Amino acid sequence: MLLTIFWLVIEKLLLIGLIVSLSMVVAMYATYAERKVAAFLQDRIGPNRAGIFGLLQPLADGGKLFFKEEIIPLASSKFLFILGPCLAMITALLTSAVIPWSTPLHLFGQDVPLQVADINIGILFIFGVVSLGVYGIMIGGWASNNKFSLLAAVRGASQMVSYELPMGLALLGLLLLVGDLRMSVIVQNQIEHGWHIIYQPLGFIVFFICALAECNRTPFDLAEAENELNFGYHQEYSSMKLGFYLFAEYINMFISGVVMSCLFFGGYDIPFVNEASWGISQNALAIIGFLVMLTKAFFFVFVFMWIRWTIPRFRYDQLMNLGWKKLVPLALFNMIVTAAVILWLKK
Amino acid sequence: MNITHVLFWFLSVLALFSALMVITSRNPVHSVLWLIVTFFAISGHYILLNAQFLAIVNIIVYAGAIMVLFLFVIMLMNLNKSTEPKKNRWLQWAGAIAGLCLLLVLVAALKDTEIKGQAAQVNEGEIGLIKNLGKELFSTYVVPFEISSILFLSAMVGAVVIGKASPNPSEGRA
Repeated sequence: MLLTIFWLVIEKLLLIGLIVSLSMVVAMYATYAERKVAAFLQDRIGPNRAGIFGLLQPLADGGKLFFKEEIIPLASSKFLFILGPCLAMITALLTSAVIPWSTPLHLFGQDVPLQVADINIGILFIFGVVSLGVYGIMIGGWASNNKFSLLAAVRGASQMVSYELPMGLALLGLLLLVGDLRMSVIVQNQIEHGWHIIYQPLGFIVFFICALAECNRTPFDLAEAENELNFGYHQEYSSMKLGFYLFAEYINMFISGVVMSCLFFGGYDIPFVNEASWGISQNALAIIGFLVMLTKAFFFVFVFMWIRWTIPRFRYDQLMNLGWKKLVPLALFNMIVTAAVILWLKK
Repeated sequence: MNITHVLFWFLSVLALFSALMVITSRNPVHSVLWLIVTFFAISGHYILLNAQFLAIVNIIVYAGAIMVLFLFVIMLMNLNKSTEPKKNRWLQWAGAIAGLCLLLVLVAALKDTEIKGQAAQVNEGEIGLIKNLGKELFSTYVVPFEISSILFLSAMVGAVVIGKASPNPSEGRA
Protein backbone atom coordinates (compact mmCIF):
# COMPACT_ATOMS: atom_id res chain seq x y z
CA MET A 1 0.00 0.00 0.00
CA LEU A 2 2.62 2.48 1.13
CA LEU A 3 4.91 1.38 -1.68
CA THR A 4 2.28 1.96 -4.37
CA ILE A 5 1.61 5.45 -2.98
CA PHE A 6 5.35 6.08 -2.99
CA TRP A 7 5.63 5.02 -6.64
CA LEU A 8 2.58 7.10 -7.55
CA VAL A 9 4.18 10.19 -5.99
CA ILE A 10 7.47 9.53 -7.83
CA GLU A 11 5.61 8.99 -11.10
CA LYS A 12 3.56 12.17 -10.78
CA LEU A 13 6.59 14.23 -9.68
CA LEU A 14 8.52 13.04 -12.74
CA LEU A 15 5.59 13.86 -14.98
CA ILE A 16 5.17 17.32 -13.44
CA GLY A 17 8.89 17.98 -13.83
CA LEU A 18 8.77 16.92 -17.46
CA ILE A 19 5.73 19.04 -18.28
CA VAL A 20 7.07 22.12 -16.51
CA SER A 21 10.42 21.89 -18.24
CA LEU A 22 8.69 21.26 -21.55
CA SER A 23 6.58 24.41 -21.07
CA MET A 24 9.71 26.39 -20.20
CA VAL A 25 11.65 25.19 -23.26
CA VAL A 26 8.67 25.81 -25.52
CA ALA A 27 8.24 29.30 -24.07
CA MET A 28 11.96 29.99 -24.60
CA TYR A 29 11.80 29.03 -28.24
CA ALA A 30 8.45 30.78 -28.64
CA THR A 31 10.30 34.08 -28.07
CA TYR A 32 12.67 33.09 -30.87
CA ALA A 33 9.75 32.02 -33.06
CA GLU A 34 7.96 35.30 -32.37
CA ARG A 35 10.94 37.29 -33.64
CA LYS A 36 11.37 35.05 -36.67
CA VAL A 37 7.66 35.24 -37.54
CA ALA A 38 7.69 39.02 -37.09
CA ALA A 39 10.76 39.24 -39.32
CA PHE A 40 9.14 37.04 -41.96
CA LEU A 41 5.93 39.07 -41.98
CA GLN A 42 7.90 42.33 -42.22
CA ASP A 43 10.27 41.03 -44.90
CA ARG A 44 13.34 40.96 -42.63
CA ILE A 45 15.70 38.15 -41.57
CA GLY A 46 15.32 38.27 -37.79
CA PRO A 47 17.84 37.00 -35.21
CA ASN A 48 20.60 35.08 -37.02
CA ARG A 49 23.85 35.75 -35.14
CA ALA A 50 23.88 33.40 -32.13
CA GLY A 51 24.33 29.85 -33.41
CA ILE A 52 23.00 28.42 -36.67
CA PHE A 53 19.92 30.39 -37.78
CA GLY A 54 20.20 32.26 -34.49
CA LEU A 55 19.04 29.18 -32.58
CA LEU A 56 21.02 30.13 -29.46
CA GLN A 57 19.33 33.54 -29.28
CA PRO A 58 16.90 32.53 -26.45
CA LEU A 59 19.88 31.43 -24.31
CA ALA A 60 21.59 34.76 -24.93
CA ASP A 61 18.39 36.64 -24.04
CA GLY A 62 17.93 34.60 -20.87
CA GLY A 63 21.54 35.17 -19.84
CA LYS A 64 21.16 38.89 -20.41
CA LEU A 65 18.02 39.03 -18.27
CA PHE A 66 19.67 37.06 -15.46
CA PHE A 67 22.73 39.28 -15.25
CA LYS A 68 20.94 42.62 -15.44
CA GLU A 69 20.81 44.77 -12.35
CA GLU A 70 17.80 44.13 -10.20
CA ILE A 71 15.95 47.28 -9.20
CA ILE A 72 13.18 47.39 -6.61
CA PRO A 73 11.65 50.87 -6.37
CA LEU A 74 11.98 52.39 -2.89
CA ALA A 75 8.33 53.46 -2.72
CA SER A 76 7.00 50.05 -3.75
CA SER A 77 5.64 47.47 -1.35
CA LYS A 78 8.51 45.05 -1.60
CA PHE A 79 6.83 41.74 -0.81
CA LEU A 80 3.99 42.25 -3.27
CA PHE A 81 6.43 43.57 -5.87
CA ILE A 82 8.22 40.21 -5.79
CA LEU A 83 4.99 38.23 -5.44
CA GLY A 84 3.56 39.65 -8.70
CA PRO A 85 5.84 37.90 -11.21
CA CYS A 86 5.82 34.72 -9.08
CA LEU A 87 2.03 34.56 -9.28
CA ALA A 88 2.09 35.19 -13.02
CA MET A 89 4.50 32.28 -13.48
CA ILE A 90 2.67 29.89 -11.10
CA THR A 91 -0.74 30.41 -12.68
CA ALA A 92 0.77 30.01 -16.15
CA LEU A 93 2.28 26.63 -15.21
CA LEU A 94 -0.65 25.30 -13.14
CA THR A 95 -3.07 24.88 -16.04
CA SER A 96 -1.09 22.04 -17.58
CA ALA A 97 -2.01 19.74 -14.65
CA VAL A 98 -5.30 18.50 -16.09
CA ILE A 99 -4.27 18.19 -19.74
CA PRO A 100 -4.17 14.67 -21.23
CA TRP A 101 -0.94 14.77 -23.21
CA SER A 102 -1.30 11.40 -24.89
CA THR A 103 -2.44 7.79 -24.53
CA PRO A 104 -0.91 5.95 -21.53
CA LEU A 105 2.69 4.75 -21.69
CA HIS A 106 3.42 1.14 -20.79
CA LEU A 107 6.42 1.10 -18.43
CA PHE A 108 7.66 -1.64 -16.03
CA GLY A 109 4.52 -3.72 -16.52
CA GLN A 110 1.97 -1.03 -15.77
CA ASP A 111 0.14 1.75 -17.58
CA VAL A 112 1.40 5.25 -16.86
CA PRO A 113 -1.20 7.86 -17.86
CA LEU A 114 0.35 10.98 -19.39
CA GLN A 115 -1.92 13.26 -17.42
CA VAL A 116 -1.04 14.62 -13.99
CA ALA A 117 -4.60 14.64 -12.61
CA ASP A 118 -7.74 13.36 -14.30
CA ILE A 119 -10.09 15.18 -11.96
CA ASN A 120 -13.86 15.21 -12.05
CA ILE A 121 -13.97 18.97 -12.70
CA GLY A 122 -11.21 19.08 -15.38
CA ILE A 123 -12.21 22.04 -17.49
CA LEU A 124 -13.45 24.02 -14.48
CA PHE A 125 -9.97 23.71 -12.98
CA ILE A 126 -8.59 25.45 -16.08
CA PHE A 127 -11.14 28.22 -15.68
CA GLY A 128 -10.25 28.57 -12.01
CA VAL A 129 -6.56 28.99 -12.76
CA VAL A 130 -7.24 31.37 -15.66
CA SER A 131 -9.40 33.53 -13.39
CA LEU A 132 -6.49 33.74 -10.92
CA GLY A 133 -4.05 34.70 -13.67
CA VAL A 134 -5.07 38.33 -13.41
CA TYR A 135 -3.57 38.68 -9.90
CA GLY A 136 -0.02 38.58 -11.25
CA ILE A 137 -0.75 41.66 -13.35
CA MET A 138 -2.83 43.46 -10.72
CA ILE A 139 -0.50 42.94 -7.78
CA GLY A 140 2.59 43.73 -9.84
CA GLY A 141 1.04 46.86 -11.28
CA TRP A 142 -0.18 48.13 -7.94
CA ALA A 143 2.96 47.30 -5.97
CA SER A 144 5.12 49.23 -8.45
CA ASN A 145 3.62 52.47 -7.11
CA ASN A 146 3.62 53.96 -10.58
CA LYS A 147 0.58 55.59 -12.19
CA PHE A 148 1.13 53.96 -15.57
CA SER A 149 1.56 50.52 -14.01
CA LEU A 150 -1.59 51.00 -11.94
CA LEU A 151 -3.62 52.08 -14.98
CA ALA A 152 -2.37 49.06 -16.90
CA ALA A 153 -3.19 46.75 -14.00
CA VAL A 154 -6.73 48.08 -13.75
CA ARG A 155 -7.17 47.76 -17.50
CA GLY A 156 -5.84 44.23 -17.52
CA ALA A 157 -8.13 43.22 -14.67
CA SER A 158 -11.32 44.54 -16.26
CA GLN A 159 -10.36 43.05 -19.61
CA MET A 160 -9.72 39.60 -18.22
CA VAL A 161 -12.86 39.55 -16.06
CA SER A 162 -14.92 40.66 -19.07
CA TYR A 163 -13.56 38.00 -21.40
CA GLU A 164 -13.80 35.12 -18.93
CA LEU A 165 -17.57 35.31 -19.23
CA PRO A 166 -17.95 34.68 -23.00
CA MET A 167 -15.11 32.13 -22.72
CA GLY A 168 -17.12 30.04 -20.27
CA LEU A 169 -20.37 30.50 -22.19
CA ALA A 170 -18.71 29.46 -25.45
CA LEU A 171 -17.73 26.14 -23.91
CA LEU A 172 -21.23 25.31 -22.64
CA GLY A 173 -22.32 24.02 -26.05
CA LEU A 174 -19.32 21.68 -26.15
CA LEU A 175 -20.01 20.45 -22.63
CA LEU A 176 -23.62 19.72 -23.59
CA LEU A 177 -22.26 17.50 -26.38
CA VAL A 178 -19.83 15.61 -24.16
CA GLY A 179 -21.78 15.45 -20.91
CA ASP A 180 -18.63 15.35 -18.79
CA LEU A 181 -16.09 17.85 -17.55
CA ARG A 182 -13.11 15.50 -17.48
CA MET A 183 -10.48 16.43 -20.09
CA SER A 184 -9.73 12.79 -20.90
CA VAL A 185 -13.43 12.12 -21.64
CA ILE A 186 -13.63 15.25 -23.80
CA VAL A 187 -10.71 14.01 -25.93
CA GLN A 188 -12.02 10.44 -26.03
CA ASN A 189 -15.43 11.68 -27.18
CA GLN A 190 -13.76 13.37 -30.16
CA ILE A 191 -11.83 10.24 -31.12
CA GLU A 192 -15.14 8.36 -31.25
CA HIS A 193 -17.46 10.97 -32.78
CA GLY A 194 -15.24 13.36 -34.71
CA TRP A 195 -13.63 16.63 -33.65
CA HIS A 196 -15.73 19.21 -31.84
CA ILE A 197 -14.78 21.93 -34.32
CA ILE A 198 -17.27 20.29 -36.75
CA TYR A 199 -20.12 20.59 -34.25
CA GLN A 200 -19.10 23.81 -32.53
CA PRO A 201 -17.48 26.20 -35.04
CA LEU A 202 -19.09 29.29 -33.51
CA GLY A 203 -18.13 28.17 -30.01
CA PHE A 204 -14.54 27.76 -31.17
CA ILE A 205 -14.36 31.22 -32.73
CA VAL A 206 -15.65 32.88 -29.56
CA PHE A 207 -13.32 30.75 -27.43
CA PHE A 208 -10.32 31.59 -29.61
CA ILE A 209 -10.94 35.35 -29.42
CA CYS A 210 -11.33 35.12 -25.65
CA ALA A 211 -8.14 33.08 -25.38
CA LEU A 212 -6.29 35.84 -27.25
CA ALA A 213 -7.70 38.38 -24.79
CA GLU A 214 -6.87 36.26 -21.74
CA CYS A 215 -3.27 35.88 -22.91
CA ASN A 216 -3.03 39.70 -23.26
CA ARG A 217 -1.93 39.32 -26.86
CA THR A 218 -2.37 41.90 -29.61
CA PRO A 219 -5.00 43.05 -30.60
CA PHE A 220 -5.99 42.81 -26.92
CA ASP A 221 -2.72 43.86 -25.24
CA LEU A 222 -4.27 46.95 -23.68
CA ALA A 223 -2.44 46.22 -20.43
CA GLU A 224 0.90 46.95 -22.07
CA ALA A 225 -0.07 49.47 -24.71
CA GLU A 226 3.33 51.13 -24.97
CA ASN A 227 2.22 54.29 -26.76
CA GLU A 228 -0.27 55.11 -23.98
CA LEU A 229 1.23 53.52 -20.88
CA ASN A 230 5.00 53.53 -21.61
CA PHE A 231 5.46 49.84 -20.85
CA GLY A 232 2.32 48.79 -19.00
CA TYR A 233 2.13 46.89 -15.75
CA HIS A 234 5.75 45.71 -15.80
CA GLN A 235 7.25 49.14 -16.27
CA GLU A 236 9.17 49.19 -12.97
CA TYR A 237 10.41 45.62 -13.32
CA SER A 238 13.89 44.72 -14.39
CA SER A 239 16.12 41.68 -14.68
CA MET A 240 14.54 38.22 -14.35
CA LYS A 241 11.35 39.56 -12.70
CA LEU A 242 10.56 41.26 -15.99
CA GLY A 243 11.65 38.05 -17.68
CA PHE A 244 9.10 36.09 -15.64
CA TYR A 245 6.27 38.31 -16.81
CA LEU A 246 7.30 38.02 -20.45
CA PHE A 247 7.92 34.30 -20.07
CA ALA A 248 4.54 33.69 -18.43
CA GLU A 249 2.86 35.22 -21.47
CA TYR A 250 4.54 32.71 -23.78
CA ILE A 251 3.71 29.79 -21.50
CA ASN A 252 0.10 30.97 -21.44
CA MET A 253 0.11 31.04 -25.24
CA PHE A 254 1.45 27.51 -25.46
CA ILE A 255 -0.96 26.16 -22.85
CA SER A 256 -3.97 27.85 -24.44
CA GLY A 257 -2.91 26.29 -27.76
CA VAL A 258 -2.83 22.91 -26.02
CA VAL A 259 -6.22 23.51 -24.39
CA MET A 260 -7.78 24.52 -27.69
CA SER A 261 -6.45 21.43 -29.45
CA CYS A 262 -7.77 19.27 -26.58
CA LEU A 263 -11.22 20.84 -26.59
CA PHE A 264 -11.89 21.36 -30.29
CA PHE A 265 -9.23 19.58 -32.37
CA GLY A 266 -9.14 16.08 -30.94
CA GLY A 267 -6.13 16.40 -28.61
CA TYR A 268 -3.68 13.61 -29.45
CA ASP A 269 -5.96 12.13 -32.13
CA ILE A 270 -4.61 11.81 -35.70
CA PRO A 271 -7.39 12.74 -38.13
CA PHE A 272 -8.80 10.29 -40.73
CA VAL A 273 -6.82 7.26 -39.54
CA ASN A 274 -7.35 4.65 -36.87
CA GLU A 275 -3.87 4.52 -35.38
CA ALA A 276 -4.80 1.68 -33.01
CA SER A 277 -5.01 -0.70 -36.00
CA TRP A 278 -1.41 -0.06 -37.11
CA GLY A 279 -0.19 -2.77 -34.78
CA ILE A 280 2.72 -0.79 -33.31
CA SER A 281 3.58 -0.87 -29.63
CA GLN A 282 1.67 1.16 -27.05
CA ASN A 283 4.68 3.32 -26.22
CA ALA A 284 5.27 4.27 -29.84
CA LEU A 285 1.60 5.20 -30.16
CA ALA A 286 1.83 7.36 -27.05
CA ILE A 287 4.87 9.21 -28.38
CA ILE A 288 3.23 9.74 -31.78
CA GLY A 289 0.08 11.03 -30.07
CA PHE A 290 2.18 13.41 -27.98
CA LEU A 291 3.93 14.77 -31.08
CA VAL A 292 0.58 15.22 -32.84
CA MET A 293 -0.69 17.17 -29.83
CA LEU A 294 2.42 19.39 -29.84
CA THR A 295 2.05 20.04 -33.58
CA LYS A 296 -1.52 21.25 -33.10
CA ALA A 297 -0.49 23.45 -30.17
CA PHE A 298 2.42 24.95 -32.12
CA PHE A 299 0.07 25.75 -34.96
CA PHE A 300 -2.10 27.79 -32.60
CA VAL A 301 0.96 29.55 -31.19
CA PHE A 302 1.90 30.45 -34.76
CA VAL A 303 -1.63 31.79 -35.42
CA PHE A 304 -1.35 33.92 -32.26
CA MET A 305 1.90 35.42 -33.59
CA TRP A 306 0.48 35.84 -37.07
CA ILE A 307 -2.42 37.82 -35.61
CA ARG A 308 -0.09 39.93 -33.47
CA TRP A 309 1.92 41.14 -36.45
CA THR A 310 -1.12 41.64 -38.68
CA ILE A 311 -3.89 43.33 -36.68
CA PRO A 312 -3.43 46.65 -34.83
CA ARG A 313 -4.51 47.14 -31.23
CA PHE A 314 -8.14 47.86 -30.31
CA ARG A 315 -9.22 50.98 -28.53
CA TYR A 316 -10.43 50.31 -25.01
CA ASP A 317 -14.11 51.02 -25.68
CA GLN A 318 -13.97 48.80 -28.78
CA LEU A 319 -12.54 46.02 -26.63
CA MET A 320 -15.36 46.28 -24.11
CA ASN A 321 -18.02 46.55 -26.83
CA LEU A 322 -16.70 43.44 -28.54
CA GLY A 323 -16.64 41.48 -25.30
CA TRP A 324 -19.99 42.38 -23.81
CA LYS A 325 -22.18 43.28 -26.78
CA LYS A 326 -20.97 40.81 -29.43
CA LEU A 327 -19.20 37.80 -27.89
CA VAL A 328 -21.59 37.24 -24.97
CA PRO A 329 -24.76 37.22 -27.16
CA LEU A 330 -22.99 35.05 -29.76
CA ALA A 331 -21.95 32.54 -27.11
CA LEU A 332 -25.46 32.50 -25.60
CA PHE A 333 -26.94 31.97 -29.08
CA ASN A 334 -24.53 29.10 -29.66
CA MET A 335 -25.49 27.51 -26.34
CA ILE A 336 -29.25 27.75 -26.96
CA VAL A 337 -29.03 26.37 -30.51
CA THR A 338 -26.84 23.47 -29.36
CA ALA A 339 -29.19 22.68 -26.49
CA ALA A 340 -32.23 22.77 -28.79
CA VAL A 341 -30.58 20.49 -31.38
CA ILE A 342 -29.48 17.99 -28.75
CA LEU A 343 -32.97 17.96 -27.24
CA TRP A 344 -34.51 17.47 -30.70
CA LEU A 345 -32.14 14.63 -31.63
CA LYS A 346 -32.76 12.79 -28.39
CA LYS A 347 -36.57 12.83 -28.79
CA MET B 1 -2.81 11.19 12.78
CA ASN B 2 -2.95 10.47 9.09
CA ILE B 3 -2.42 12.87 6.23
CA THR B 4 -6.07 14.01 6.20
CA HIS B 5 -5.77 15.14 9.83
CA VAL B 6 -2.56 17.00 9.09
CA LEU B 7 -4.17 18.74 6.12
CA PHE B 8 -7.30 19.55 8.12
CA TRP B 9 -5.36 21.23 10.91
CA PHE B 10 -3.09 23.04 8.49
CA LEU B 11 -6.06 24.39 6.50
CA SER B 12 -7.98 25.36 9.64
CA VAL B 13 -5.06 27.29 11.09
CA LEU B 14 -4.45 28.93 7.73
CA ALA B 15 -8.11 29.92 7.37
CA LEU B 16 -8.33 31.41 10.88
CA PHE B 17 -4.98 33.18 10.66
CA SER B 18 -5.70 34.73 7.25
CA ALA B 19 -9.21 35.73 8.33
CA LEU B 20 -7.70 37.52 11.34
CA MET B 21 -5.18 39.21 9.06
CA VAL B 22 -8.06 40.48 6.88
CA ILE B 23 -9.46 42.55 9.72
CA THR B 24 -6.17 43.58 11.31
CA SER B 25 -4.30 44.69 8.17
CA ARG B 26 -3.87 48.45 7.92
CA ASN B 27 -3.72 48.45 4.13
CA PRO B 28 -7.01 47.55 2.34
CA VAL B 29 -5.13 45.89 -0.53
CA HIS B 30 -3.41 43.56 1.95
CA SER B 31 -6.81 42.81 3.49
CA VAL B 32 -8.17 41.73 0.12
CA LEU B 33 -5.14 39.52 -0.53
CA TRP B 34 -5.54 37.84 2.87
CA LEU B 35 -9.21 37.28 2.10
CA ILE B 36 -8.15 35.43 -1.06
CA VAL B 37 -5.90 33.21 1.07
CA THR B 38 -8.93 32.52 3.31
CA PHE B 39 -10.97 31.44 0.31
CA PHE B 40 -8.21 29.08 -0.76
CA ALA B 41 -8.10 27.50 2.69
CA ILE B 42 -11.88 27.00 2.62
CA SER B 43 -11.65 25.47 -0.85
CA GLY B 44 -9.05 23.12 0.57
CA HIS B 45 -11.59 22.02 3.18
CA TYR B 46 -14.14 21.35 0.44
CA ILE B 47 -11.62 19.17 -1.37
CA LEU B 48 -11.01 17.21 1.84
CA LEU B 49 -14.75 16.48 1.84
CA ASN B 50 -14.51 15.47 -1.85
CA ALA B 51 -16.78 18.37 -2.85
CA GLN B 52 -14.69 19.17 -5.91
CA PHE B 53 -17.32 21.25 -7.68
CA LEU B 54 -17.96 23.47 -4.68
CA ALA B 55 -14.20 23.94 -4.19
CA ILE B 56 -13.49 25.06 -7.73
CA VAL B 57 -16.60 27.24 -7.99
CA ASN B 58 -15.59 28.92 -4.74
CA ILE B 59 -12.24 29.76 -6.35
CA ILE B 60 -13.67 30.85 -9.71
CA VAL B 61 -16.45 33.01 -8.31
CA TYR B 62 -14.99 34.41 -5.08
CA ALA B 63 -11.22 34.40 -5.53
CA GLY B 64 -11.28 34.82 -9.31
CA ALA B 65 -14.07 37.33 -9.91
CA ILE B 66 -15.43 39.04 -6.81
CA MET B 67 -12.04 39.64 -5.20
CA VAL B 68 -10.69 40.98 -8.49
CA LEU B 69 -13.49 43.54 -8.47
CA PHE B 70 -12.78 44.40 -4.80
CA LEU B 71 -9.11 44.91 -5.65
CA PHE B 72 -10.11 46.87 -8.73
CA VAL B 73 -12.26 49.31 -6.77
CA ILE B 74 -9.70 49.73 -3.99
CA MET B 75 -6.92 50.42 -6.49
CA LEU B 76 -9.06 52.87 -8.46
CA MET B 77 -10.14 54.81 -5.38
CA ASN B 78 -6.59 54.65 -4.03
CA LEU B 79 -7.74 54.03 -0.47
CA ASN B 80 -5.06 54.55 2.15
CA LYS B 81 -4.65 55.80 5.68
CA SER B 82 -5.32 59.47 4.91
CA THR B 83 -8.64 58.77 3.18
CA GLU B 84 -9.78 56.27 5.79
CA PRO B 85 -12.82 57.66 7.62
CA LYS B 86 -12.26 58.29 11.32
CA LYS B 87 -14.46 56.07 13.46
CA ASN B 88 -15.82 57.10 16.83
CA ARG B 89 -14.86 55.15 19.93
CA TRP B 90 -18.52 54.27 20.62
CA LEU B 91 -18.94 53.06 17.01
CA GLN B 92 -16.06 50.61 17.51
CA TRP B 93 -17.64 49.37 20.75
CA ALA B 94 -21.00 48.98 19.01
CA GLY B 95 -19.34 46.94 16.28
CA ALA B 96 -17.57 44.67 18.76
CA ILE B 97 -20.76 44.08 20.79
CA ALA B 98 -22.83 43.39 17.66
CA GLY B 99 -20.21 40.88 16.46
CA LEU B 100 -20.18 39.11 19.82
CA CYS B 101 -23.98 38.93 19.78
CA LEU B 102 -23.87 37.27 16.36
CA LEU B 103 -21.30 34.78 17.66
CA LEU B 104 -23.55 34.03 20.64
CA VAL B 105 -26.55 33.39 18.38
CA LEU B 106 -24.53 31.12 16.10
CA VAL B 107 -23.10 29.09 18.97
CA ALA B 108 -26.53 28.80 20.61
CA ALA B 109 -28.12 27.70 17.34
CA LEU B 110 -25.46 25.12 16.53
CA LYS B 111 -25.15 23.75 20.07
CA ASP B 112 -28.21 21.53 20.03
CA THR B 113 -28.52 20.67 16.33
CA GLU B 114 -28.18 17.20 14.93
CA ILE B 115 -25.14 18.22 12.88
CA LYS B 116 -22.94 17.92 15.94
CA GLY B 117 -23.51 14.18 16.19
CA GLN B 118 -22.65 13.44 12.57
CA ALA B 119 -19.02 13.15 11.60
CA ALA B 120 -18.18 14.54 8.17
CA GLN B 121 -17.39 11.99 5.51
CA VAL B 122 -13.80 12.61 4.62
CA ASN B 123 -12.27 11.47 1.34
CA GLU B 124 -15.43 9.67 0.32
CA GLY B 125 -19.02 10.77 -0.21
CA GLU B 126 -19.94 11.02 -3.88
CA ILE B 127 -22.53 13.79 -3.45
CA GLY B 128 -20.00 16.56 -4.06
CA LEU B 129 -19.11 15.29 -7.53
CA ILE B 130 -20.62 17.26 -10.34
CA LYS B 131 -23.01 14.64 -11.73
CA ASN B 132 -24.74 13.92 -8.40
CA LEU B 133 -24.80 17.57 -7.43
CA GLY B 134 -26.41 18.53 -10.75
CA LYS B 135 -29.06 15.83 -10.41
CA GLU B 136 -29.93 16.96 -6.88
CA LEU B 137 -30.06 20.62 -7.87
CA PHE B 138 -32.35 20.03 -10.85
CA SER B 139 -34.70 17.53 -9.21
CA THR B 140 -35.00 17.85 -5.41
CA TYR B 141 -34.05 21.50 -5.15
CA VAL B 142 -35.21 22.80 -8.51
CA VAL B 143 -37.60 25.47 -7.17
CA PRO B 144 -35.15 27.22 -4.80
CA PHE B 145 -32.49 26.94 -7.51
CA GLU B 146 -34.65 28.65 -10.12
CA ILE B 147 -35.82 31.30 -7.66
CA SER B 148 -32.24 32.20 -6.79
CA SER B 149 -31.37 32.42 -10.49
CA ILE B 150 -34.24 34.87 -11.00
CA LEU B 151 -32.89 36.85 -8.04
CA PHE B 152 -29.50 37.04 -9.76
CA LEU B 153 -31.12 38.10 -13.02
CA SER B 154 -32.99 40.93 -11.33
CA ALA B 155 -29.77 42.03 -9.61
CA MET B 156 -28.03 42.11 -13.01
CA VAL B 157 -30.81 44.17 -14.58
CA GLY B 158 -30.72 46.51 -11.61
CA ALA B 159 -26.96 46.98 -11.97
CA VAL B 160 -27.35 47.81 -15.67
CA VAL B 161 -30.11 50.33 -14.95
CA ILE B 162 -28.05 52.06 -12.26
CA GLY B 163 -24.90 52.00 -14.37
CA LYS B 164 -26.66 53.47 -17.38
CA ALA B 165 -26.82 57.05 -16.10
CA SER B 166 -27.63 59.41 -18.95
CA PRO B 167 -24.90 61.91 -19.97
CA ASN B 168 -27.37 64.79 -19.62
CA PRO B 169 -28.84 64.89 -16.09
CA SER B 170 -31.93 66.87 -17.18
CA GLU B 171 -33.11 63.94 -19.31
CA GLY B 172 -33.39 61.77 -16.25
CA ARG B 173 -32.85 58.02 -16.20
CA ALA B 174 -33.43 56.28 -19.50
